Amino acid sequence: MQSLIQSQLRLTLVVIGSVVLVLGSIPLLFWLVPPTRTLSVLGLPLPWVVLGILVYPVMYVAARIYVRNAERIEAEFTEFVGRQ
Amino acid sequence: MSPAISLTAIGLVVVATIGIGLFGLRISRTTSDFYVASRAVSPRWNASAISGEYLSAASFLGVAGLVLVNGADMLWFSVGYTVGYLMLLVLVAAPLRRSGAYTLPDFAETRFESPVVRRICAGLVVGIGTLYLLPQLHGAGLAVQTVTGAPPQVGAMIVAVIVVINVAAGGMRSITFVQAFQYWLKLTALATPIFVILLAWHQPVGVLDSLHGAAAEWAEPLSRAGGRDHPLYATYSLLLALCFGTMGLPHVLVRFYTNPDGRAARRTTVVVLALLGLFYLFPPMYAVLGRTFAPDLVGAGGDTVVLELPGRVFPGTTGDLLGALVAAGAFAAFLSTSSGLTVAIAGVIDQDLLRSRLHRWTGGDYVAVNSFRIAALIAMIVPYLAFTVTGALSLADTVGLAFALAASTFCPLLVLGIWWRRMSTTGAAAGLVVGGIAASAAALVNVAGAPEGGWPRALVGQPAAWTMPLAFLTVIVVSKLTPHRIPAGTARSMVRLHTPEAVDVDRGLPSR
Repeated sequence: MQSLIQSQLRLTLVVIGSVVLVLGSIPLLFWLVPPTRTLSVLGLPLPWVVLGILVYPVMYVAARIYVRNAERIEAEFTEFVGRQ
Repeated sequence: MSPAISLTAIGLVVVATIGIGLFGLRISRTTSDFYVASRAVSPRWNASAISGEYLSAASFLGVAGLVLVNGADMLWFSVGYTVGYLMLLVLVAAPLRRSGAYTLPDFAETRFESPVVRRICAGLVVGIGTLYLLPQLHGAGLAVQTVTGAPPQVGAMIVAVIVVINVAAGGMRSITFVQAFQYWLKLTALATPIFVILLAWHQPVGVLDSLHGAAAEWAEPLSRAGGRDHPLYATYSLLLALCFGTMGLPHVLVRFYTNPDGRAARRTTVVVLALLGLFYLFPPMYAVLGRTFAPDLVGAGGDTVVLELPGRVFPGTTGDLLGALVAAGAFAAFLSTSSGLTVAIAGVIDQDLLRSRLHRWTGGDYVAVNSFRIAALIAMIVPYLAFTVTGALSLADTVGLAFALAASTFCPLLVLGIWWRRMSTTGAAAGLVVGGIAASAAALVNVAGAPEGGWPRALVGQPAAWTMPLAFLTVIVVSKLTPHRIPAGTARSMVRLHTPEAVDVDRGLPSR
């Protein structure tokens, strides 16, 4: 039981850590490297492309990956308990 | 803008909402139906319903308005609203569903075995809910004013009355249908004008002019275009509040109990992330177009840009029709979020305040469902009175404060309660009280009149960056100091929260 909670917690912390790293570095990048604030990508300014469009598919994919792993952990646990 | 067409469209939304609500009444019979639709709503229905309920006036009108006025930094609002669901997914979704509780106070009571913690939670649900209902009523007033010129009280009153009727009539099951319908209505209403505008423009390059060139300072992040000090701090604090506040919103949590099991709760959340991401592509486009076609709104607060833009781009019938569609979508936003909040607040008022008293006064001669109906009325009257006495903060700013309060109270309670077995009951209560007082103090200062500028203004305007760590720290320190107050049933609670439903274990609760 303890190991189930621990593996789920580890997975959760990995996801949160990655999100903090990715999202948290964006304002810092704009702050430290001012040219990124106006850089143009395909006719749109970079901040608008990243914050207005790109973040959403990235978050969705992160959620899919999390759910797949969480369900795998639970399946392994269920199987383990069933064998006992 | 033509009032007749817009009013017809708003009327249709209202009729459809009540119609679906009445349909729900015919099939919701028991108290369990009223609260959580007997927990048998499929992930897709539920995801549409969650998104429909979540996309409030702040998302439909407020985000576009904020970006229009204050520029690119405000794009973080929609990002944060979405990432909040990712945090909810990885931290609480499945365990919360497995807790087997109906409401947040239920969760607090079973996990911490304390009526005191339960009562604090009940108070906070009412507080956060009221703070969140306020901008919905404000938005409704604004929409009706923009369409007809009537005073703001009219629109707020319309929404208040319809929501109470609908919630009291059908409860949660009908709300699920209504919310799911309203997500798609909102998406259609917001997306159609943008597509029509882009199609009508043979050279779409001109549409993007406001993003480039000499007058494009507003399009830069951290540019202080909106006159906000310490933009980097404000950005991080806002992001924190939105990411960790979502899981503490009472109407969001109630909705998770309608999933059949923990696995479905996770899958539902993934679909919600997709639906929200799709929706939030559009508000920034209104801001970009608004800078070109309605620059006068920048000085007027901007909250009406979504409503006014179609008429500005297409004078004449096309503009009227598109404007009516957007007004209908806006009304769907006020109705759905207010309904969800009212169900959540009414549930708590009913269970924690009203039912035992009604039982005593009437000597048991009452029906449980009637108590819920009275509670629904109370749940709406309080914010309506607050609306009539408070001044107008910007829509998304008020909502931001509700998120900050949720992130500083329910977030530590849920996250530590689910993952930390050494959390004590005293620690839980202390965290709720300290986080609650700090965040509500900041909110009150904001409503009463924020400090002039500099750090005081930044810290009070975006309090989450200090109130949320403060609350977490309080829970941890107090729990360490009071190890004898760790609930006796903690081990069993942990088993119940984390074990997949497929495994047969003693969950310590009768299966419902």
